[in-house]
Amino acid sequence: MGEPAARATELCDAALAGDRRALAKLLTAVENRTAVAEAALRRLYPLAGRAHLVGITGPPGAGKSTLVAALIAEVRRAGRSVAVIAVDPSSPITGGALLGDRVRMQSYAGDQDVFIRSMAARGHAGGLASTSGAAATVLDAAGFELIFLETVGTGQSEVEVAAAADTTVVLEAPEMGDEVQAIKAGLLEVADLVVVNKGDRPGAQRTAAQLRAMLVASVPRNDAHHHPRPKRPEVLVTTASTGEGVPELLAALDRHRAAGQDGSAEAARLARAEHQVWAIVSDRLRDRLHGPARRAVTEATLHEVAEHRLDPYTAADRLLGSLGWRD
Amino acid sequence: MATRPIKVLIAKPGLDGHDRGAKVLARGLRDEGFEVVYTGLRQSPEMIATAALQEDVDVVGLSILSGAHMTLLPKICRLLREQGLDDVLVTAGGIIPDDDIPALKEAGIAAVFGPGTTIAEVADFLRANVRSRD
Repeated sequence: MGEPAARATELCDAALAGDRRALAKLLTAVENRTAVAEAALRRLYPLAGRAHLVGITGPPGAGKSTLVAALIAEVRRAGRSVAVIAVDPSSPITGGALLGDRVRMQSYAGDQDVFIRSMAARGHAGGLASTSGAAATVLDAAGFELIFLETVGTGQSEVEVAAAADTTVVLEAPEMGDEVQAIKAGLLEVADLVVVNKGDRPGAQRTAAQLRAMLVASVPRNDAHHHPRPKRPEVLVTTASTGEGVPELLAALDRHRAAGQDGSAEAARLARAEHQVWAIVSDRLRDRLHGPARRAVTEATLHEVAEHRLDPYTAADRLLGSLGWRD
Repeated sequence: MATRPIKVLIAKPGLDGHDRGAKVLARGLRDEGFEVVYTGLRQSPEMIATAALQEDVDVVGLSILSGAHMTLLPKICRLLREQGLDDVLVTAGGIIPDDDIPALKEAGIAAVFGPGTTIAEVADFLRANVRSRD
């Protein structure tokens, strides 16, 4: 057994036995995409798949972290364990990041059943880090019942969290836009639940009513199987800072989870599997093409494309051919 | 991977309510390419140690202006050691009299950065003294 495999075994054994430091080290390995992480994920993936993965997304300042904090409190009142992956953006210039989500989520020192981890997006667009899904797998295998994936503050089209989570919550703040905002394509379409937070602010109920009116306008057709239809999310109002509406939100999350057991969640799981496997296939292809055996050919081909002497399609066929790929 | 960012926890232990300095440092280290976790005000030693463990940080930077540093900082160092985080670099900043620094170093604080320290000095110190990471 190689050294990374031995280290992975050591960390996995400890993490599965409840060692939180080993768990934290595994998450670091996953974030850094090390050989230890790959060996660990081979072991942990079959143990995962039991947790309820909940994505929390919405614009900056809508109250995602505060809502997650309120949800943690509610989940703990019910005696369930909970982990959080909170993603904040990385600087495109320096690679640095300010991870500030913990400011709203504190005071669980000594509680083994709460685990909060901040992640920098490290240049990945889409609202999560490229390794957030794998990090959730590790926490899932470690036995956490609920896992919240909090995205960076999103705009209109960072819908990746919907593929990573079983249930996607899109957070809105009051008075953020009119009915036309609610019927635009994108983020609101992937919501399983829409939450208007800051419910104590004027306009919260009106915003919720507008969202309800527009989001239910999607009528299911009989041939739904052949024609993808947008979801029809429930719209709730919360005041995360006081906890108002949070028990109702947790109940709605549980309902969505239960409803998914009938098979509608199957497609989402399949999509997630494809997404994960495809990302690895693509990484491996790139590694091979830039490996010592093929680097010269790959670079020469890329130069030809850069100089417009070769079109990118022919170049792709040639590179795949160099790997022995024949269609 | 040698190039991965150094991860730093910036925390404010105790009851003082001033975190401008901590925020300026957090922002400055971000610009130096660090991944900075900021936990906010009024953190107990237990909360800071828990955050350091869960985040698997390389550095814990403690900002304290209240005068309670001789009580709180050694306690944080002890809690970190008890949790196996003895390879984490712990530094302090804020209002700390020179006379107290030797005892704090004895307790496990690697460096004390007083008023007037530049961000670059802090960043250079952290890069030079951070643990080797796996």
